[in-house]
Amino acid sequence: MDFTIAAILGLDGLTNGAIYALVALALVLVFSVTRIIFIPQGEFVAFGALTLASLQMGKLPGTVWLLLLMAVAAAVLDGVQGLRERRPLSRIALSLVRTLALPAALAALTPLLLRWQAPLWLQVLATLSIVTAMGPLLYRLAYRALSAASVLTLLIVSVGVHFALTGLGLVFFGAEGYRTPAFWEARFDVGPLSLTGQTLIIFGASVVLLLAMFFFFERTLTGKALKATSVNRTGARLMGISGDAAGSLSFTMAAFIGALSGLLISPSTTIYYDTGFLIGLKGFVAAVFGGLASFPMALAGAVGVGLIESFGSFWASAFKEVIVFTVILPVLLWRSFVDPHHEEH
Amino acid sequence: MTRTHLSVAAALLLLALPFAPVPDFWITQLNYIGLFSLVVLGLVLLTGVGGLTSFGQAAFAGIGAYSTAYLSTTMGLSPWLGLGAGLAITLLLALVIGLLTLRMSGHYLPLATICWCLALYYLVGNLEALGKYDGLLGLPAVQLGDFSFQSERRIYWLIWLAALLAALGVTRLLDSRPGRIMRALNTNRGGGATMPEAMGASTFRYKLTMFVIAALLASVSGWLYAHMQRSVNPSPFGIKFGIEYLFMAVLGGIATVGGAFTGAALVKLAEDQLKVWLPLVFGGSGNYEIIVFGVVLVLVLRFAPDGLWPLISRWLPAKGQRAVDESAPALSARQHPGRGAPLLDVRAVRKEFGGLVAVNDISFTIRAGDIVGLIGPNGAGKSTTFNLVSGVLPLTSGEVELLGQRVDGRSSREIARAGLSRTFQHVKLVPDMTVLENVALGTYLRTKTGTVRAMLGLNAAEEAQARAEAMRQLRRIGLESQAHELAGNLALGPQRLVEIARALASDPSLLLLDEPAAGLRHKEKEALAEVLRQLKAEGLSLLLVEHDMDFVMKLTDRIVVMEFGRWLMEGTPAEVQASPAVRAAYLGADE
Repeated sequence: MDFTIAAILGLDGLTNGAIYALVALALVLVFSVTRIIFIPQGEFVAFGALTLASLQMGKLPGTVWLLLLMAVAAAVLDGVQGLRERRPLSRIALSLVRTLALPAALAALTPLLLRWQAPLWLQVLATLSIVTAMGPLLYRLAYRALSAASVLTLLIVSVGVHFALTGLGLVFFGAEGYRTPAFWEARFDVGPLSLTGQTLIIFGASVVLLLAMFFFFERTLTGKALKATSVNRTGARLMGISGDAAGSLSFTMAAFIGALSGLLISPSTTIYYDTGFLIGLKGFVAAVFGGLASFPMALAGAVGVGLIESFGSFWASAFKEVIVFTVILPVLLWRSFVDPHHEEH
Repeated sequence: MTRTHLSVAAALLLLALPFAPVPDFWITQLNYIGLFSLVVLGLVLLTGVGGLTSFGQAAFAGIGAYSTAYLSTTMGLSPWLGLGAGLAITLLLALVIGLLTLRMSGHYLPLATICWCLALYYLVGNLEALGKYDGLLGLPAVQLGDFSFQSERRIYWLIWLAALLAALGVTRLLDSRPGRIMRALNTNRGGGATMPEAMGASTFRYKLTMFVIAALLASVSGWLYAHMQRSVNPSPFGIKFGIEYLFMAVLGGIATVGGAFTGAALVKLAEDQLKVWLPLVFGGSGNYEIIVFGVVLVLVLRFAPDGLWPLISRWLPAKGQRAVDESAPALSARQHPGRGAPLLDVRAVRKEFGGLVAVNDISFTIRAGDIVGLIGPNGAGKSTTFNLVSGVLPLTSGEVELLGQRVDGRSSREIARAGLSRTFQHVKLVPDMTVLENVALGTYLRTKTGTVRAMLGLNAAEEAQARAEAMRQLRRIGLESQAHELAGNLALGPQRLVEIARALASDPSLLLLDEPAAGLRHKEKEALAEVLRQLKAEGLSLLLVEHDMDFVMKLTDRIVVMEFGRWLMEGTPAEVQASPAVRAAYLGADE
């Protein structure tokens, strides 16, 4: 291997690492706020890419139907709960409208986008909106009632959600894989490297999102409320911070980050309905590097995973995944020295 | 008819089935159900009982299947050698993964198993020697002497014999010395490591044991599968099946042996139906059944976290309670020091939490036969001192000597072995074990049965001794009539007494009671005081941490008073009561 190849592989690894960093960011966020090990994060990634791909082909994306399905289910749950708790009908109606309004609006607008042959940026906006709107609905449907359950129970729920979403992905998008157009087709030659515009956008978007997260947690009241919930749920509740609202918000953010990651990665990687799972798990390997708690360490882990993957695929391309997923063992060994204790909750 | 009779009848019926004119289709179905049950039984032990989980059980099955496939085709060796090799490799891998993850929080194990299941899948799928994604074909049938398990109807016996033996082994294990510790570990059911460690058990070792057993059961299932199919390929050992096994366990009833079979049967039968019907609904083809599985999994966890087995077992005859044979020979007893001999010597123990000195150079001694009270207002550092002595917290400095043996810095497990036993301020009983079983848990250090012995059922004599001892201790505290009640059904007062009985069952030289009267009603306090008076009369040495002054004054010989982590005074109850310093500490009056 000479320097040129190493540089190309390094760039490749960093690019993928940036995507894994975004996924890991969402995973750490969700875990610290809700104690949920969010296996289905990768599904948001796939849904983002596939939604844009459908719009590109002039088809109504299946995620619109999925979003409506989830909204109706959530509305039914809300309605039943409202009636059971004997809330006034006007309040119940209001909550139903609140649940259904955005999904319905998105479902109504998306066909219009197709008819107008809207430009790429509008399609991207629509994609991000559709997938992001699923976040809080998913929290409502699968997790909210179990928010007091153990980490283990929540993890098994996550696996169930992953199963359901993957299966629904197959129903709505079929088994074929798709790529989406790059946001920026430019190319720059830097020495032996050829940087694409998309690569620059990936780096840019990752840095911006990381900074935004930092700003959000350190400087805004909502961010501090989320942080408080992650430290002590009961304590935060006594201070008037709703654990459910915090969970819902963290899922919204996770869905947004997931969809964005999908849009960033899909010009260079073909995305199938089940591709998200592997991307999500690589994000997990990165997040475990930081004990599922530290954003900077997860970032370092993500870059590590990206690099191991790209160099691994050069040396033993067939065993790329084997290498990446075996890396978790030394990482765990290292973690077990860093924080060996706390088993009792 | 008892539950046991019914189980034996069901097992015999299952084993006799191939003689009956049952269609081949159903034999095949039952073969799969048996194979799945084997894996799920491991998850029942690991997840339902131990509160740990693994999504990688399918990969362990894959190890079992590929080991025998490679050895019996490429190398031409006997499938029995393949079984041994598969088990050996599985054991090794499970030990590595377990050693890496089981010391950390519970969620690292499942994450690690997901990753390693994927890694193994891609590894096997890309290895030339293992036939890549096409797998290996033409496995021989398993031979036993001249008998060849060549047809599905024949290997049925092997599968169900394995499944039923595994069920028997797991059932026996759960009702044994190691099993009681395993059942106390589940953090999802209020368990944890502190209590079993205080009873002298290495909880890490038992977690590892459970993980290894689960892995070995999966490996056997994989071996059977390979020789039933007579071919292997990577797909049944991927993460999808790893998750499905867990689904079966959750659906059937995660903590019960019956649930394993229920879950395996339901999922297998439902999967076949769904595979027919869902493609008609959605068009095309694919694994649509995972949508249903995923949604049902979430619903079950929400609405029936104990799974479906409780709905079935309600109609079965109640589990028979084994009688306690009190004529069983007594367990070996410790040589206790004579009255007045030095027992516990605490010298300047200190605990700092960051800048806060919670315990500031406390010293006191206990002689055999003493009843010493450690009192002080809230926040005085009594419980921290207690935890330093019992080894739950590491000390910053100071020395503790128990029966002439230095125990400071030792684990609570080693201190228990040295002759100290304790109760907990927040009662730590296993709610779904009977009172008798909870007390029998206290005999851990006086008994020896290991996991393998328990699974083979070779522990009957010692088990009878342990149960007889538990009954004796229950009689000692006056709760023998509730021996077969579930501990979780008792009120707090009796639960505290059961904790004392459990501690007594370890035959301690010194008994530490952590706020035994806290939260008790008046009558319950009286009953507790009566028991403690009786123990005192029997010559037992006690250290009592308590802030109910009245309770302590009536019982103790000597009292150590603490305030703000410091030693305030030591004396007889009368001296303490007369001390203005103590009064000031409690009432906040000026000195």
